[in-house]
Amino acid sequence: VRQRLTLQLAAPALALIVAVVVSAVLLQVTDNDPGRVFSVILEGASDRRVLVETINRAAPYYISGVAVAIGFKMNLFNIGTEGQYKIAALVASWAGATVDLPAPAQVTFMLLVAVTTGALWGLIPGILKAFRGVSEVISSIMLNAVATGFGAFMLQRWFKDESAVSTVLGTEPVPSSARLPDLNGLVAKIGIDLPSANRLQSYLFVALLVGIAYHVVIWRTRFGYDLRATGANPEAAEASGVNARRMILTTMVLSGGTAGLIGLNNVMGPAGRYTDVAVVSGLGFTGIAIALLGRNHPVGIAFGALLWAFMDAVQTPLSNAELPKQITAILQGVTVLSVVIAYEVVRRVGVRREAWALRRATTGAGDVEGVPA
Amino acid sequence: MTTVDPAATGSGLVDPALRADDGPRPRPGPLARIPRAARLPLYVVVGMSLLSIARVITGAGQLTAEGTFQSAVQLALPIGLAGLGGLWAERAGVVNIGLEGMMVLGSWFGAFGGINYGPWQGVALGILGGAAGGLLHAVATVSFGVDHIISGVAINLLGAGLCEFLTSVSYGRVSTRESPTIATEITRVDLLPFLKAPLRELSGQNRFLLSDLADLVLALTANVSLLLVLCLLLFPATWYVLWRTPLGLRLRSVGEDPEAAESLGVKVYGMKYLAVTMSGALSGLGGVALVYLFSGKFQGGQTNGRGFIGLAAMIFGNWRPGGLVVGAGLFGFMDSMQSQVDSTSHALLIVAALAFAVGAARALYLRKWIGAPVLAVLAAGCWWWYERTDALPREIIPYFPHLTTLLVLVFASQRLRMPAADGRIFRRGGR
Repeated sequence: VRQRLTLQLAAPALALIVAVVVSAVLLQVTDNDPGRVFSVILEGASDRRVLVETINRAAPYYISGVAVAIGFKMNLFNIGTEGQYKIAALVASWAGATVDLPAPAQVTFMLLVAVTTGALWGLIPGILKAFRGVSEVISSIMLNAVATGFGAFMLQRWFKDESAVSTVLGTEPVPSSARLPDLNGLVAKIGIDLPSANRLQSYLFVALLVGIAYHVVIWRTRFGYDLRATGANPEAAEASGVNARRMILTTMVLSGGTAGLIGLNNVMGPAGRYTDVAVVSGLGFTGIAIALLGRNHPVGIAFGALLWAFMDAVQTPLSNAELPKQITAILQGVTVLSVVIAYEVVRRVGVRREAWALRRATTGAGDVEGVPA
Repeated sequence: MTTVDPAATGSGLVDPALRADDGPRPRPGPLARIPRAARLPLYVVVGMSLLSIARVITGAGQLTAEGTFQSAVQLALPIGLAGLGGLWAERAGVVNIGLEGMMVLGSWFGAFGGINYGPWQGVALGILGGAAGGLLHAVATVSFGVDHIISGVAINLLGAGLCEFLTSVSYGRVSTRESPTIATEITRVDLLPFLKAPLRELSGQNRFLLSDLADLVLALTANVSLLLVLCLLLFPATWYVLWRTPLGLRLRSVGEDPEAAESLGVKVYGMKYLAVTMSGALSGLGGVALVYLFSGKFQGGQTNGRGFIGLAAMIFGNWRPGGLVVGAGLFGFMDSMQSQVDSTSHALLIVAALAFAVGAARALYLRKWIGAPVLAVLAAGCWWWYERTDALPREIIPYFPHLTTLLVLVFASQRLRMPAADGRIFRRGGR
């Protein structure tokens, strides 16, 4: 068992090394000094501004990773998180701007609207798969595009902030009761002073709650057991009485609902309203990468999200040092591709070992030659 | 048409366990007796007739003008090439979601070559860039057995990241988002110079269908970029190679049943490598076309999901080149409508109404008692929408093809037939 854990940890480490080597070669070829780039990146790890930025960015990444992982757990590819969170953030921002409740109720209300919207948008590919047999990959790619168009349409015709104060197209600002406070004061109390320009967002706690809920639902409930069983062996699960259609629908609702929360950190934080800049695109696809890095495990996804966010955050010191900051995008891309390859290699090694152990147990030790121990 | 290998599960299009039960099919489709080769022209004529009728009803002459078709063809080409790339890969059983990333690679290297060496060198370099992306996908999916979707997503991230980096390194002093403009354009030619004048005249006479077809032919032949011509030739070439040569037969057999193919001595891995690299090269060429036919330079985010749309066009076309052409044409046409005046794009509602009506008639003929009324209601709805409004909301016009693809998947997923072993991970020697 310990050996397997070592192998599991070896895979991401190996992938990171490959990523560093590839990037170093690229930097060398393009006449940049890899040593300087990596020393700036390493220095970033002890820079408080970078770390605050890392945590702020990691929160939506983590939620996105969990949303995708829920689907992955039963072999459903929810590529549609991209559209789900955009529509959800837009609708939640609009709904939040139309009502003004006391802070806890307002925050809960907006989160609930986002979850519901995301769940409904995620339900569409679920229905198409469960009742028409349409691949969720294809339908959710289509729905991502439709979400972009439909979102632009709703924003332009229904949700637009008509007051001429802002020139950027967006919804009306949400009331102050919906704005989550920053954590700088709290952190200062335990003795860490953060630069006042860098605010540690409390959306972190939403991500934390999502992670706990994910762990409890998937590993501690009957539903989670069915979900994992269906993912591991659909035929066996069906034979033991799991309703495949209902599982697809529920999983897509859960995944889409979680995805609905991805885009709200900025709406309920610094930006205070939905604009196409405040809710950036691409978080859904990033979530897929992060779920892969973290092997769908709640803690693993957290590491993946932090790593990814750190690579983003370190772009600022890189460009301050007049180095090509885009190298981090390559680091991210190579890491993902090599990590999936490494996991696959590790899995095969594990399978071969098991087969070998089984053979040795059945035929007696010493009969098998040429197999590494 | 409807048989699907039970093994074709996983990330495939149709999960056989979940297929809706339509019961026994009462009769074959109305087009079943027409040979496949004749269907593409038939579809084109039917589509053009719909457009023509809509033009007559609404008086929106721009709907079928030469300029409209010209921009539609240019917009359709990158999508079609990406779709063609998808076709090669999926016919060999490898799902390629990474088309988008390979397209970005193609557009960056295409622009780089065009700026530094010359237009045709740029085209070649762009193809190579895309092919490199395809090769990477092949290494991950074929040799290492990584899930096809996962590898594709990773390649999309990597391709975009790499090109962003290369842009900033190469052109960083000017702009970190785009390259300078390519100095020399690719030659433009008149393919049918002797027909140009008579066709123009015919187009001016406003005859039903004939004038519209004349406009289409003019758009495809008059003053077209040589690149466009060469790219268009790749569609029949692909059909010929995949369906009429021994190589194509082997390649497709790998996509249908790799174990059987292997037992007959086909080099399954080799075929898959070839197909996926080819797939990357074609989508790279799609990226090149995007650069050369439009802005003349590389821009970040230029592909704008066209790789994914190409995949959709291929599925729309039932994994066949002819259908893919129809799908890509539809997407390109809708894309071109975005820049048209309101009265023209408004006429699209009539086109949609007519198309739904035709679909309803077909469903009635096939005795699909649920599909027919649904389609009829959709047709009436589109007509009602046309009567009630003066314009289509501009924001959603480009997304009509996506909705169409969704509708096709919903109503016709039983008729779509993907390669039986598509998306499945194959291990040499059955291990």
